Amino acid sequence: MTPEILKSLAHARAGHQPVVLATRIAPAEAAGAQYLLPDPAAPAELNAAADAALAADSSRTVRAAGAEWFLHVHNPSPRLILVGGVHIAQALAPIGAMLGFSVTIVDPRRSFASPERFPGVALRTDWPDEALDELRPDSRSAIVTLTHDPKLDDPALDRALKSPAFYIGALGSRRTHQARLARLAALGHAQPALARIHGPVGLSIEAVTAPEIALAILAEIVAVRRGAEIGAKAAA
Amino acid sequence: MSDLENNPAEIEDILALAARWREEGEEVALATVTETWGSSPRPAGSQLAVTGSGRMAGSVSGGCIEGAVADAAAETIRSGRPRLLDFGISNERAWEVGLACGGKMKVFVEKLA
Repeated sequence: MTPEILKSLAHARAGHQPVVLATRIAPAEAAGAQYLLPDPAAPAELNAAADAALAADSSRTVRAAGAEWFLHVHNPSPRLILVGGVHIAQALAPIGAMLGFSVTIVDPRRSFASPERFPGVALRTDWPDEALDELRPDSRSAIVTLTHDPKLDDPALDRALKSPAFYIGALGSRRTHQARLARLAALGHAQPALARIHGPVGLSIEAVTAPEIALAILAEIVAVRRGAEIGAKAAA
Repeated sequence: MSDLENNPAEIEDILALAARWREEGEEVALATVTETWGSSPRPAGSQLAVTGSGRMAGSVSGGCIEGAVADAAAETIRSGRPRLLDFGISNERAWEVGLACGGKMKVFVEKLA
């Protein structure tokens, strides 16, 4: 791998640009040549194969232009947006980062969203609905509300439901969740949409401590992302 | 402070770590899973970085072929030539370093210039 390719790849990744590193792996005498795709200078069929690999988010070997290529997909990190800089968020942020998520904390209460509590984590102290309008969560985003305060959680959930986020979770008991759903319904969200919200949030592992609750939440996020079958929770 | 404490995401971002090692002046080879069949523990795209001084990060399997891949990486660091390694039951090398899970996989090894 040349320093130029490595640099371009690092640059694309830092800019959250979806790219594919194509490496010729066979025949042996021509192995090692690389393109960073999309690249108009690369064979068209290689660019097309890269598009398909990006869309499927899956690295693969393909035959193109008379050779065998490995297409290494570098999609931007999936995002984890946490509304509420609470104790559980302090555990969610590092475990989420370890799982490959790019983590953002949203909390207008500066004493919660402080760099001392979240060293090295992206922090936003604007109102959750405004923050989410700017963050523009996509289908590779997970959003979890953690404040227990309807003034903060509800506007965030309203925006989350209007986004294609693959996961929406809300911390709170079954009873709190029922009340929350009623408030969101009053905002105009109908039932099939409301069912997108995972509440109570996280897998049922009898979690007690903040890191355990974070683990339960992230386990559920991973399960949803990877399409695992998870047991339905008992009806609320 | 370890690399992981600097950035927990680096447990999966082997390429960034390999690039940093290269910048530090290390000779680095990068091994990438390019294809798997059957029950292989790590998907295509999984990487293992190895340096001339013996540092190692990442994985290409559950641990069954890392040793053999590290040997091939050392060879690629010396020769500069990339290699496509074939592991699995159809390969005679399997007797030495086959996949216990019964899977098959290909691993591409290249040197960071």
